[in-house]
Amino acid sequence: MKILVCISHVPDTTSKINFTENNTKFDTNGVQFVINPYDEFVLTRAMWFKEQQGATVTVVNVGTPITEPTLRKALAIGADEAIRVNAEPLDGMFVAKEIAEVVKTGGYDLVLAGKESSDYNGQMVPGMVAAMTDYNFVNGCVGVQVEGSDITAIREIDGGSETVATSLPIVIAGQKGIVEESDLRIPNMRGIMMARKKPLNVVESTASENATLSQSFEKPVPKGAVKLVDANNIDELISLLHKEAKVI
Amino acid sequence: MSVLVYANSPEGKLKKSAFEVVSYGKKVAEKLGTHLVALTINADDVSELQKYGAETIVTVKNDQLNIFNAKNYASVIKQVVELKKSQVVIIDSSIDGLYLAPLVSVSLDAGYASNVVELPSSTSPFVVKRKAFSNKAFNNTVISTSNKVIGLAKNSYGIFENPVSAAIESFETISNTDMGVKSTSIDKAVGKVTIADADVVVSGGRGLKGPENWGMVEELADVLGAATACSKPVSDLGWRPHGEHVGQTGKPVATNLYIAIGISGAIQHLAGINASKVKVVINTDPEAPFFKAADYGIVGDAFEVVPQLISKLKDFKVQNS
Repeated sequence: MKILVCISHVPDTTSKINFTENNTKFDTNGVQFVINPYDEFVLTRAMWFKEQQGATVTVVNVGTPITEPTLRKALAIGADEAIRVNAEPLDGMFVAKEIAEVVKTGGYDLVLAGKESSDYNGQMVPGMVAAMTDYNFVNGCVGVQVEGSDITAIREIDGGSETVATSLPIVIAGQKGIVEESDLRIPNMRGIMMARKKPLNVVESTASENATLSQSFEKPVPKGAVKLVDANNIDELISLLHKEAKVI
Repeated sequence: MSVLVYANSPEGKLKKSAFEVVSYGKKVAEKLGTHLVALTINADDVSELQKYGAETIVTVKNDQLNIFNAKNYASVIKQVVELKKSQVVIIDSSIDGLYLAPLVSVSLDAGYASNVVELPSSTSPFVVKRKAFSNKAFNNTVISTSNKVIGLAKNSYGIFENPVSAAIESFETISNTDMGVKSTSIDKAVGKVTIADADVVVSGGRGLKGPENWGMVEELADVLGAATACSKPVSDLGWRPHGEHVGQTGKPVATNLYIAIGISGAIQHLAGINASKVKVVINTDPEAPFFKAADYGIVGDAFEVVPQLISKLKDFKVQNS
């Protein structure tokens, strides 16, 4: 089984979010970039398929050379090879088109991606890749098993879960549950050394067109200070929630 | 030309998110000088959509569509878009809405903006504001294609009455029998308010010391008609089911009232819940970061405060009913 894991290169969750050039560009100054947390879950699941079912695992990112350390980290976790599509990721449609090309060229059976990235949270790319390649698609996946070409997957639904039967080739957009937090792997020294020798292939963009473009950023209006209510004055809290906030 | 909204109706019932997308879609249609079409799939009663401005309601009834299938539903939306020559399609941010929107976008060759929080600030170019960086910023995005898909963030625009008298048209779809993904079982808690549907969420953290202390969280939720939730450590420790974990890698919460009990407010937790309108924190530690994010706070012991809150809320409900 050939697995492709899509890796987003995102600011660490604790990063300060600021913008430059008249609020048109994200300020990367002092920001540490990491593998998108949602992608870490599916990458870890891919490692399981590699170790238990002999799958090969390729990781892919659409980005400029600055994303290579993130791909190297994925190699250090255990992926066999990496592909970087050399392009500025313009929007979800653009990234999906580029990844769809990689999927078609490489003939991957299973494409895994986090259900969203923690920078734009768009939840766009996995479904778009599936639609562009005509692969099956399961979103919000919290469990997946592969037997031959048959797939059993569990997806989260409002208030519970749904089990589905499907088959390869498929795109699966996963989240926590596909593996647990405690299963996530931190690269060890041996992994890091080995990652340096693993192939990281740069392919040129197929010059996809984007469908949307970022015009500007803004930050939320700073909220006022918390109103503290005395622990012995619960009536005041109820009154504030009723009369001021009007939520009860 | 028209604007099309997909009014989601799980188990045949139209929900708040359907009224929100219709309210929003009506205004978008006005801005574009066109009319609004609402599409329902296997909804029992669609008349309420008129109250929020649905001028045409296209109803699809088909037993093959009883269980949600993203590919099939996306194909139905595409057929209705072609029928109604819709240029803008608006879909809610329910789990199913987020599943099908990218498929719709590709099938229509339409630019897609998700997590949109406001009406377009301009229609030429078509500019929408959407959430970015886990609610820490907004991005103004131009959708440059002639067809457009908007994913409306939950509880972001609101529900507004705009009564019209709708033309209700039924539509026979060509449904796809090769669905690729087949539902084999659904496991759903019955009779519980889900986090996605709730107006109020009551959430507990490690400050509650153990799963045996969740009785008061559930009782408070019960009094408020709220859903229960928990912080990540609590679900990692196995005190509460994973489905209750809210925060960055858990479920997002965009509710009217979020009450955090014994949750310190780690940045990952706040990223997942800060789309909620009003946040209340109850914590013994006045330095807990949650106090910076909350609207109202009580510094105190949850084991003393929460039982009092339950009893006073019960009195309040009696007086206000």
